[in-house]
This record gives sequence, structure tokens and C-alpha cells, in this order.
Amino acid sequence: MADRPTSSASTFRSLVLIAVVVVALVAAFAFTAGWLSPARLRPATIVNALAPPGGPALGHRRNHAKGICFTGSFESNGAAAALSKAPMLAAGSYPVTGRFNLGTPDPNAPDATVRVRGLGLRVVAPGGTEWRAAMINAPIFAVSTPEAFYDLLKAAGDKSDPDAMKNFAAAHPEFGAFAAWAGGGTWTGSYAQERYNSLNSFIFTNAAGQDQAVRWSLVPAAQPEVVTPDQLKARGDDFLDADITQRVHSAPQRWTLVVTVANPGDPTADPTKAWPEDRRKVEAGTLVVNAIEPEPDGPCRDLNFDPTVLPPGMHVSDDPFPAARSAAYAVSFNRRTAEDKDYPHHPAGGATP
Amino acid sequence: MTPIHDRFTPLQRALHWLMAICILAMLFIGVGMVSTVRPDYLSLVSIHKPLGIVILVLALIRLVVRLMRGAPPLPASMPEPMKLAARLSHLAFYLLMIGLPLIGWGMLSAADYPVVVFGINLPHILPHSNGLHTLLWNAHRVLALCFFALIVVHLAAALLHALVRRDGVFQAMAPWR
Repeated sequence: MADRPTSSASTFRSLVLIAVVVVALVAAFAFTAGWLSPARLRPATIVNALAPPGGPALGHRRNHAKGICFTGSFESNGAAAALSKAPMLAAGSYPVTGRFNLGTPDPNAPDATVRVRGLGLRVVAPGGTEWRAAMINAPIFAVSTPEAFYDLLKAAGDKSDPDAMKNFAAAHPEFGAFAAWAGGGTWTGSYAQERYNSLNSFIFTNAAGQDQAVRWSLVPAAQPEVVTPDQLKARGDDFLDADITQRVHSAPQRWTLVVTVANPGDPTADPTKAWPEDRRKVEAGTLVVNAIEPEPDGPCRDLNFDPTVLPPGMHVSDDPFPAARSAAYAVSFNRRTAEDKDYPHHPAGGATP
Repeated sequence: MTPIHDRFTPLQRALHWLMAICILAMLFIGVGMVSTVRPDYLSLVSIHKPLGIVILVLALIRLVVRLMRGAPPLPASMPEPMKLAARLSHLAFYLLMIGLPLIGWGMLSAADYPVVVFGINLPHILPHSNGLHTLLWNAHRVLALCFFALIVVHLAAALLHALVRRDGVFQAMAPWR
């Protein structure tokens, strides 16, 4: 095709038009990426705020950094299959990889100094379908929204203002129930004696397509032995790891998976609000922990217990936390896996599968 | 192998414009999803993964069609360096259209995440490895930004051909007759 001559004025107009198109496209991209919105709460912002004053422990999870791996099985009795068509809720035995952990960014924190204990879990069904969860021993969560969680981290880390936490608590009355548990609830001497709660609400869908809002808990078979924080301090910095290793070595440890079904109108979007005690509870099966492995070479080390990795028959509810947790866990995972050399695998140990 | 015609075939043009929409949406979804902790994060991720597989499949079809049907010759009036840039950019587009979805899939595999697309568990294409995950995650991010830059330059060049040079290059891929 032959060139057609164009006037220099129309060429100029065309070049301006091209420039406008290019600038508009790049600006829209930058806006979408949040590069023009420094106030946007990014996953990385939350992860940064979790770091202690000396910076994060490289190679470790950015929160719940201290932990120990376990393997075992989920022995499903099939009772929850009426609630969800998830394959691991059908009667059967499903392999599990998990991690007992402490809610601290410091992998060397003395066990007696950490209030929140957690359990990360991955249940695998035949065909590779997975259910991942991360639960803690608190009966309710500290705050109602990811934004408030970020404010809490800022207040807790604010050394310049002695009233920062007081002001935070005043601005977030929903924090009171969690603070009361943290300050006054009972402590136990073992990971095996803790009840671990989903806190977040999820939606279960059964084979007939019916939806139910649920929360779940792992209720320990071991009888809780109530101890005081002072007694725990006398047991050494890593007594929880030694305790669970010894217990599992003696006998498998068990928890019952209890699914609590919401009544219509129960708050699903706010994990600070407990549901009334009389709600229907379904015992779905038993988590059996058969083996404990130290984290550095354990099978849980390089897994992200992202609570939004859900099988068919489960999905997130209007609770805003699973999305925020997924986004932040991914940042933590991306960072720590890039820092392998700072948290060496032991040469004698087995590689992760 | 390369018949002489002055436009891409209707199938090639359809694939081009369909993929243009998919890929631009994909890049915006990608940078948007990693920027937020809101519930949109999950919605965007749940589009990003299947859309990536769709783009991979379309790109492979498009590559086959391109190898079979070729491309119209560039106008003789184009300077050689411009022709070279056009050919290299097309090569880069094919590498990115096929490579980025594979890198994303490989990155999820190396992290031992389940890769579920349209309800199907895709196999892991790489072993669980922190080193591989880090390499691929960085590559996915950097190459995606390069892809966007390439699209911006491609769009500017296309408009330059359409509005200033008027040499038929834009018409060769224009969606209309």
C-alpha cells in the first residue's frame, strides 16, 4: 500500500492523540496497581507492620513464626457430609500435614510469653483436593476488620505514644472481649490441650446445593490442665515443643472437629462476635496427630496454610478476614521462601516432599 | 508457507483482538489483586488463574495458525530497523503469551499450592522448591511488567501506522473490513 501524504498539522494532532492514549493507559495501570494510592491497605503493609522493631526473622513466617510440624490423618465419620460435599467430609481417612505454632513474629520467643497458640492444617483428599485452615486458641478474634487489625498492629508497635493501645481499645470496643480473654483466660501446658477455632465464618454447600454458614473448632481429647503463666515460665523456653513431641511419641493425640452451624441472622462478617452456645454442632470426625517433626526440615515448613484453599463444598463468607489473610500469607510466603539461606535446612535431614 | 496477502486472516484477527482484551484484563487484574487485602483479592485471583490458562490455550492455537498462515509482508516503505523491531516484538509477544501462564503455573506448583482451574485439579508441573518458587515468582512479576510496557509500545506503534504513516500495517490487523 502506498504512503499517502499527510499535512504536518494533522500529523501533530495524531501524535498528540497517541500520547494521550499512552498516558491514559499507563495512568489507569498505575492506579489499578495502587501506585497512585499510598493510603491503600496493601498486603505488604500489614506484613511489614507485623515485624518487631529489630526487623523480621528472615526465612521464617512473618507471624506465628515459632512452630513445629506434625503429620497424621483426619478420620471423617461422614456426619458433616450433609452440610458440605467436600470430599474429606465424606466418611474416610485423609492424610494431614500441620503445624502447631505461637502467635509471635519471633521464632525464638519463650513459649510462656505468647498468649495465642495456633494450628495450621492441610487435609488432602484423593485426587489432590485440599482443605487448608489456620486456627487459634482464642474463642473470638481481636478485631472486626483487616483495617482495624492494621490499626492494632500500629498501636501495639507504637513506642512514641504510651496511650496508643488505650486509644485503640477506646476506638474499637469490640477489642474488649479478646483483651479480656488474653488477660484473664486460662492457660494450658500443652498444644495437645488447646481448642483451636476457625474464628472466621465459611459457607458449606452440600450435594443438594444448600448453603450453611459455619464456623469450626478442633476440640482436644486431652483434658486441659490449667496452669498459671508463672508456672509456665519455670518450664523453659521451648516446653511446648518438648511436651507435644513426648506426648505424640507415647500415643497419637486427638481432636474432634466440631462444625457449628449458624442460625439465620447470626453474625458471619464479624469474627469478634461469638455465636450463641446453643447453635447446632456437628462432630465431623477426628484429627489424629501421629508424628512430630521439627520445623527446619519438617513437611509444614514450606507450606502456606492459606485459609482460602478450600475444597468444593466450602467457600468464604462475607467475613472479610480470609481474603486479607490469604493476601498477607502470600506475601509472607513469598518473602520467607526467598530467604532460604537465612533459615538453613539441616544437611542431615530429609528434604521437603 | 507464507501466502502473499495484505491482511491477517479473519481467524488471526479474531484471535488477536480477543487475546488483546484477555491479556490487558489479565495484567490489570494481576497488579490490582496484589495491591489489596479486600475481598476483591479473592475474586481477582479466582479470575486470574483460569484466564491465564485460557490465554495459554489461545496463544498455542494462535501460534499454530501463525505458522500455518504466516503474516502479510511489511510495507516496502518501512525502514529496516523498524521492520526488525516489528519482527522482534512479535517474537516477544509469543514468548510472553505462552511463557507467562506457564511461569505462573510453575510458580504455584513450586509453592505446592493446589492449581484448580474450572473445577479441575491441574497437575503440578514442577517440584515443591523454595528456590524455584522464588525464581519464577520474580520472573512472573518482572515479565508481566515488561509485557505491559511492550503492549503500550505496540499500541503506540499501531496508532502511528494507522494515523501518521497510513501504510496499511494497522489495516492488516484491523477488526473491521
